[in-house]
Amino acid sequence: MSILVLADLHEGQLAGATAHVVAAAKAIGGDIDVLVAGEGVKAAAEAAAKLDGVSKVRVADNAVYAHQLAEPMGALLVELVDGYTHVLASASTTGKNVLPRLAALKDVSQLSDVLAVDSADTFKRPIYAGNAIATVKSDDALKVITVRTTGFDAVGDGGSAPIEAVDTVVDNAQSSFVKQELAESDRPELGGAKVVISGGRGMGNGENFKLLDGIADKLGAAIGASRAAVDAGFVPNDMQVGQTGKIVAPDLYIAVGISGAIQHLAGMKDSKVIVAINKDDEAPIFQVADYGLVGDLFEILPELESKL
Amino acid sequence: MKVLVAVKRVIDYNVKIRVKADHSDVDLTNVKMAMNPFCEIAVEEAVRLKEKGVATEVVAVTVGPKAAQEQLRTALALGADRAIHIETDERAESLAVAKLLAKVVDEEQPGMVILGKQAIDTDNNQTGQMLAALTNLPQGTFASEVAVDGDKIHVTREIDGGLQTIALTLPAIVTTDLRLNEPRYAKLPDIMKAKKKPMDVKTPADYGVEVASKVSLVKVESPAERKGGIKVASVDELIDKLKNEAKVL
Repeated sequence: MSILVLADLHEGQLAGATAHVVAAAKAIGGDIDVLVAGEGVKAAAEAAAKLDGVSKVRVADNAVYAHQLAEPMGALLVELVDGYTHVLASASTTGKNVLPRLAALKDVSQLSDVLAVDSADTFKRPIYAGNAIATVKSDDALKVITVRTTGFDAVGDGGSAPIEAVDTVVDNAQSSFVKQELAESDRPELGGAKVVISGGRGMGNGENFKLLDGIADKLGAAIGASRAAVDAGFVPNDMQVGQTGKIVAPDLYIAVGISGAIQHLAGMKDSKVIVAINKDDEAPIFQVADYGLVGDLFEILPELESKL
Repeated sequence: MKVLVAVKRVIDYNVKIRVKADHSDVDLTNVKMAMNPFCEIAVEEAVRLKEKGVATEVVAVTVGPKAAQEQLRTALALGADRAIHIETDERAESLAVAKLLAKVVDEEQPGMVILGKQAIDTDNNQTGQMLAALTNLPQGTFASEVAVDGDKIHVTREIDGGLQTIALTLPAIVTTDLRLNEPRYAKLPDIMKAKKKPMDVKTPADYGVEVASKVSLVKVESPAERKGGIKVASVDELIDKLKNEAKVL
């Protein structure tokens, strides 16, 4: 078994997701190489080399790989995958963008959002918004897989893998980067936070999301939102938790003013402990909540903040 | 230019699904089916491009059983000009669908193909990307805004940290995210008119594509049930439970 892991980058640095994907690769077993592709990614490659279980880090550092656009990344991966039995990436927007392109170019299927490894060819993945878990077996020569990071505990540091440069440079006349607007936040990243507090339509407006700030600060929590809150324009869409947003599995998830639609539950029902605060005691969120508090969030939130 | 839009027949998103007792799959007998929500957004965007004069013709295509023609008729009622049904009763995986769509792209030579970002049944999020790879076209996935500018298209994409805008040469493949637009409803007269619009029915064999896949479904299970929780009466009790019972504070 020989596995290539595509590293996740966040503003040029190695993202936390990579350590989870390496953990999934360890569950499969075999040699694990990590590919770091981007522009100015020396520090990210060094961070990847320290991850426990990594045999080798391959670095493609070139302007054509900046922002990891799908077309050059697909072409690069096609050049590099010979000899590997598995290619893994996180089910981040980058992994989801790039890996199916590779799979089709290699004429193999892809397994998306894998949350458990049964064996080197058999995996578990959620379907129907997480309302069913499918066990799937792939007989393809190359297994192309995106990994649900919340399914695997991150590997630690302690490795010291050699770093080798990849000289392959591909052409790309089809796509170019124009701009990006990243949301500013000092809080922990939603996907990796130990505590998440989310607001829904019940918050009433964007201004009221400030009621969550103090509690989030005290708990070191990330702030999320339901689709209703995003669609109503209360908060930006990268805060959305659910089937079409982020999948989280923190130790503690506090849902405030969220009814608990199927699509929202898909994004958070693997949290260890769920707390629901809602004035409607019939809300479906109470069926998955470990602790429910029925009442007016505008009274409960300030009280909760002062008592924590 | 011509715009090709791919739609999929899936279980209605409000239905709570049931896993079959023998764990072979999800039970879809007598369940309400509908057009995948992301595909509705794709159709809407194609129709808006036509209304703006950017698209000259909108062609809807689906791969699936005979009943999937209902979803094509819906697309026609929403404003698509004609439809192509590639009929198969086999479980077509993303790669097979992408191969079939690539043949249609070859035949139809659209300036743009719009698909949903994922189908809410398999949750794969693969077909658009695979189609782009097979046709050697650029891809603008998870689009929340598209703007055609001459022989290029600017696509604003929803990425993990925020938004990213890229420029692609046309023809290109675009997949829709939820916030691209608000799909319209089909009006009754349009539903009637849609019945007269042309629909070609083909089979995978017509395109020389093998639908069978090397991925097999071993079993399908319900996810682990969460234990029923309790309701607490006050903030003090909540904090006490979180500290002393759940030990997460």
